[in-house]
Amino acid sequence: MNRLETVFADTRAHNRAALIPYITAGDPSPLLTVPLMHTLVDAGADVIELGVPFSDPMADGPVIQRATERALTYNVTMRNVLEMVMDFRRQNQHTPVVLMGYANPIEAMGIEQFAREAASAGVDGVLTVDYPAEEAQPITDALAEVGLANIFLVSPTTPYAREQAMLKQASGFIYYVSLRGVTGAALSDLDEVRAKVEELKSQSSLPVGVGFGIRDAETAQKMSAFADAVVIGSALISTIEAVADQGEAAVLAAAYGLLSPIRAVLQR
Amino acid sequence: MDYTQYPDARGHFGPYGGIFAPETLMQPLAELTEAYAKYRVDPAFLAEFEADLQHYVGRPTPLYHAQRLSAHLGGAQIHFKREDLNHTGAHKINNTIGQAMLAKRMGKTRIIAETGAGQHGVATATVAARMGLECVVYMGAEDVARQAPNVARMKMLGATVVAVESGTKTLKDALNEAMRDWVTNVDNTYYIIGTVAGPHPYPMLVRDFQSVIGRETKQQSLTQLGRLPDAVIACVGGGSNAMGLFYDFLNDDGVAIYGVEAGGDGIDTGRHAAPLCAGRPGVLHGNRTYLMQDDNGQIIGTHSISAGLDYPGVGPELSFLKDTGRANFVAITDDEAMEGFRLMTRMEGIIPALETSHAIAYATKLAPELSKHQHIVVNLSGRGDKDMNTIARIEGWTL
Repeated sequence: MNRLETVFADTRAHNRAALIPYITAGDPSPLLTVPLMHTLVDAGADVIELGVPFSDPMADGPVIQRATERALTYNVTMRNVLEMVMDFRRQNQHTPVVLMGYANPIEAMGIEQFAREAASAGVDGVLTVDYPAEEAQPITDALAEVGLANIFLVSPTTPYAREQAMLKQASGFIYYVSLRGVTGAALSDLDEVRAKVEELKSQSSLPVGVGFGIRDAETAQKMSAFADAVVIGSALISTIEAVADQGEAAVLAAAYGLLSPIRAVLQR
Repeated sequence: MDYTQYPDARGHFGPYGGIFAPETLMQPLAELTEAYAKYRVDPAFLAEFEADLQHYVGRPTPLYHAQRLSAHLGGAQIHFKREDLNHTGAHKINNTIGQAMLAKRMGKTRIIAETGAGQHGVATATVAARMGLECVVYMGAEDVARQAPNVARMKMLGATVVAVESGTKTLKDALNEAMRDWVTNVDNTYYIIGTVAGPHPYPMLVRDFQSVIGRETKQQSLTQLGRLPDAVIACVGGGSNAMGLFYDFLNDDGVAIYGVEAGGDGIDTGRHAAPLCAGRPGVLHGNRTYLMQDDNGQIIGTHSISAGLDYPGVGPELSFLKDTGRANFVAITDDEAMEGFRLMTRMEGIIPALETSHAIAYATKLAPELSKHQHIVVNLSGRGDKDMNTIARIEGWTL
């Protein structure tokens, strides 16, 4: 079993949802990213989603846009992000790391080259916002070649036929976008989310994670009743942003403080 | 090679184009593709479009022989396709009329758009007002400042203008923000993209609505010149006025095609907006195309005197025409564009937009290389009233 399979086997065995925090690599500064990743694990993260900064994050709301802009003031590149993962792996060989970002930094490196370098850095999966199934076959093949998962977003507007096309290429887990909107928007209808997650689970053996709009333990707990994983992104970035000028210890403590109560309620 | 067979069913122009969009937009894009496939061959739709172009926009626009300018340059005869005479003062309205008709038939009640120079924003606000649809226009904060007259026009027409403060505060950021709005409000909102870029089917449908420019030009050339022109020239930002003029000539091998990009301070300075002349292919705003980007795939800031050309990407069909060699792409600097602007204004009594001035400036270079029996058609894509503040500043006048 690879690291992602191991994690989901474990959380299933313990009857709980996995916790997947998202941070943007290089935010609030490149030196803090690896310490933050270790802190997220200490707070109960099962998988880490690491955002690759891109100049034009068209699917992200203001919170992650600002994180991206902070990271880009340090000119954080795809290779820098892979170095951070390599650094993280020196102490942690068990927590899966999934890169989340946009196509162009991958295109600039070359899809095959990127897949090889990501694998050797210790990345476990890749989620690319603007490679929908119709355009994803090249990266799906390149990632499969090196044993990495290609993780797809499914949205409330995704019809059944598209789900089928996506599931042919998807691996690792499926990321269900729980709302119409950008990252960090407000969540509306829990029943709609549940219905769609259950539909996805009936079609695939892959775990289904839910993200976009999960801000607190209460929402996370509701989601965990039916989702295999909950993703916490903008809420975590906001928490980090609020104390970013107070130094490393404050940033790490704030991230820990947000996540650990959420982790505690994911037990079903 | 038959250029009219592009794009393929998945929106590809050779290696360019496609649908590189967030998942939430895939279904709305599929619905748009389906609706357009239906209405592009629907006689009632086409008749309404034709009637609006004639009675509301004022088409056909003239093909005007600039005799004084041609004589001054001493070479080929220069003709201007007068898109500046369209209602709202630019070619942009051809497309917004067509897309608003699609929006209405698709049952959408809210229109959004991005705009650079403000011409597309004005053209969108205009059709939204006429159809009684809510309209929100996203515009980079820097462009809001330098295109104040167009901002005022949009507000008068009842549109909400949102100044976008993220990124470089220009057209690309306005496009990002419009995409975010669409992702959030897909159920009731139609996004009228103003250029031949974005995810499929936009590059195709915007081209189709704009291709009336080239069809008229071809007919007028045959009538007025007795033959096709030797060359056609258009400025290229996203590329809608260019594809509009070029499309009907793509299979006419005898007609040379020139796309003129914004050279800014000069290509060698790096401060420009010329992805076809000096960029590399990549993925941005839903399609694969030539982009201004650094070695790490970050999109880099562009520079142009003209807000409408200040964009780091370009329509995918133009990228395809570059690679196949069917079209030539050149760059004109800010200073050269200003020279073209002054010459046009004083020799022909026509005040062109700064975007258009790039195409005019290139015509003044090309014409002397050709004989006076040859003919060049330049797309006079828009009028220059909106640029009054920029021109006054450059010329040192107080308005």
